[in-house]
Amino acid sequence: MSNIIIKAEGLGKSYIIDHQRTERYATFRDTVSQTIKGLFNNKSSNVREEFWALQNINFEFNRGDRIGVIGRNGAGKSTLLKLLSRITEPTTGKISLKGRVASLLEVGTGFHPELSGRENIFLNGAILGMARSEIRSKFDEIVDFAGVEIFLDTPVKRYSSGMYVRLAFAVAAHLEPEILVVDEVLAVGDADFQKKSLGKMKDVSSKEGRTVLFVSHSMAAVENLCNRGMLLDKGKVAYIGTAKESIEHYLKGNDILGSKILANTKYVNEVLMFNCDNIIASEFEMGTDFTIQINAKGIKEIQGLHLGFFIKDEFDQKISAFSTAMKPLKLLYNSEENNDSYLFKIESPNLIEGKYIIDISVAYKKGGRLEYIENAYVFHILSKDVYGSGVFLNNNFGKIYLNVESTLKTKA
Amino acid sequence: MAEELIIEAGKAEKNYWKDLWRYRELFYILSLRDIKVRYKQTVLGVLWSVLRPLITMIVFTLIFSKVAKLPAAGSAPYAIMVYVGMLPWQFFANAISEASNSLIGNTNLISKVYFPRLIIPTASVITSMIDFLIAFFLMLLLCLFYQYLPGWQIIFLPLFLLLAFTLAIGIGLWITALNVKYRDFRYIVPFIVQFGLYVSPVGFSTSVIPEKYRLLFYLNPMVGVIDGFRWSLLNGEPALNVESLLISVLISLLFLWMGITKFRKMEKSFADII
Repeated sequence: MSNIIIKAEGLGKSYIIDHQRTERYATFRDTVSQTIKGLFNNKSSNVREEFWALQNINFEFNRGDRIGVIGRNGAGKSTLLKLLSRITEPTTGKISLKGRVASLLEVGTGFHPELSGRENIFLNGAILGMARSEIRSKFDEIVDFAGVEIFLDTPVKRYSSGMYVRLAFAVAAHLEPEILVVDEVLAVGDADFQKKSLGKMKDVSSKEGRTVLFVSHSMAAVENLCNRGMLLDKGKVAYIGTAKESIEHYLKGNDILGSKILANTKYVNEVLMFNCDNIIASEFEMGTDFTIQINAKGIKEIQGLHLGFFIKDEFDQKISAFSTAMKPLKLLYNSEENNDSYLFKIESPNLIEGKYIIDISVAYKKGGRLEYIENAYVFHILSKDVYGSGVFLNNNFGKIYLNVESTLKTKA
Repeated sequence: MAEELIIEAGKAEKNYWKDLWRYRELFYILSLRDIKVRYKQTVLGVLWSVLRPLITMIVFTLIFSKVAKLPAAGSAPYAIMVYVGMLPWQFFANAISEASNSLIGNTNLISKVYFPRLIIPTASVITSMIDFLIAFFLMLLLCLFYQYLPGWQIIFLPLFLLLAFTLAIGIGLWITALNVKYRDFRYIVPFIVQFGLYVSPVGFSTSVIPEKYRLLFYLNPMVGVIDGFRWSLLNGEPALNVESLLISVLISLLFLWMGITKFRKMEKSFADII
């Protein structure tokens, strides 16, 4: 018996993008009026474009694999999961699945707020394809895992969001499908819950031999949970291998934009970022060094003029700043380039996972700005278990983490 | 060893009916959910499904019998005759309006989980059946009040109910499918319900329709259903018109076929367009 549980051959999914239609769904009235217009208007104003969300995907995974599916936004991860869970049909190719596929749903998708916890367990179970007898036999375990015993007969609309999440996860985790599909659901919930659910998924796979397909932007979670990895890029498989290798490929990301040419500026022309291996990148693991390179001209020629940058979070709050006025520059001569390159190597930055934005400023030390470029560059910090304790820091923990030496003094 | 499932482009059909059976539990639980939710938070709850047919009956009896002075069909009191006509009509009207909104109301489920979509509108028609049962129980009380006893023909009632069910599901599925794609189709439902009430023999008996327009009148499939209800609950009065019943059965089956084919055709893209 072969051990392959999921196999995709030549899988593809295309969507037709209708450029003319801006509304999300048609109305019958519009369709009629457009058909009539079309009769009199020979020149078709309808620009239709085929968009391939996924193209020629081939892979095989074995029973008990925990597969991390990674890739940038729009790489086709969610579309792949939709195909696997049969929510939409593939346009080309085929998938062979041995066993039941269940997706861990976004919190509360299968819940009805008016119904009690007990009723919702049955409802959610049925939606995920469980028989009532099956749910009944697992009922106590589910309630136990979620820790909602005393609220079983309360409508879930009165639940706290934490209880909601726990209950939803508990149902899905106890469902025992051969293939469990998990899409970014762990982004919610506190660190404790994340740890508990990652542990549960690991158990499900290693003890019961089930296959887990895990989609996440959190490299740390993928590395922690998965043994296999698949990197998608622009609808195609870019790499399949161990989780670690896939993450490395992702971080190297040759095709990931790592520089930006600035237009309409007088002094600053280009921003680039490099990771600790000196490879151009825009995504960095938490705690690893990175370098910001700013190419500019005409700054050193003016006495007292300095170049600096601000790092902001996605809500435009300034996190930190640095300028050549603060610390003297080390000089290197490079005769080939027209531009001057300013390199700022930031050592073990204590930034927590998230999106960060760089503003660049050219100003006199005594005040007076000559140039200020807002949102000159965007980079991402990817989460990592920096303390090695299984706690993944995400934006629930702020923007900055601390290097702490903690001590407990007590009577011996 | 679990069986192998193969998902192939354009071949979703193969597994469909098997899946429908496999997901029967979901069907049961979704119906149960709709019923529970329906009666849970409304204070009037059950009372609502009692008041509606009762008040309509009173108004119709006054207008058609007292004001318009239309004759009753048989020996039964006019009020009972109206009420018996209203039973299948209200079931039909509720069922198609519930069904046509059911998919939109379950958008999050449809875009996140796979199951045969046919389950959702069908489950919502079942919910309307509960209202029907309540209204039916009320009819028994009404008969008690008027000291009127239905005859042996009552045993055929389930057949006519089945006919109403078939028709409701057929039309319901058809409109549901179109409603997902063209959101203005939902405006058709209130129109059918309102207009249909006047071209169906609810407030009056088929016998008041002039002979030469009868055939045209019979093209409304609800005529066969309502007359069938009257026949089986009102001691076989008026006698069953085979012609109208046959037309009604044929049209219902046609709608059922149309509904299912249309729904199946649209279903594949529901998750993409909803």
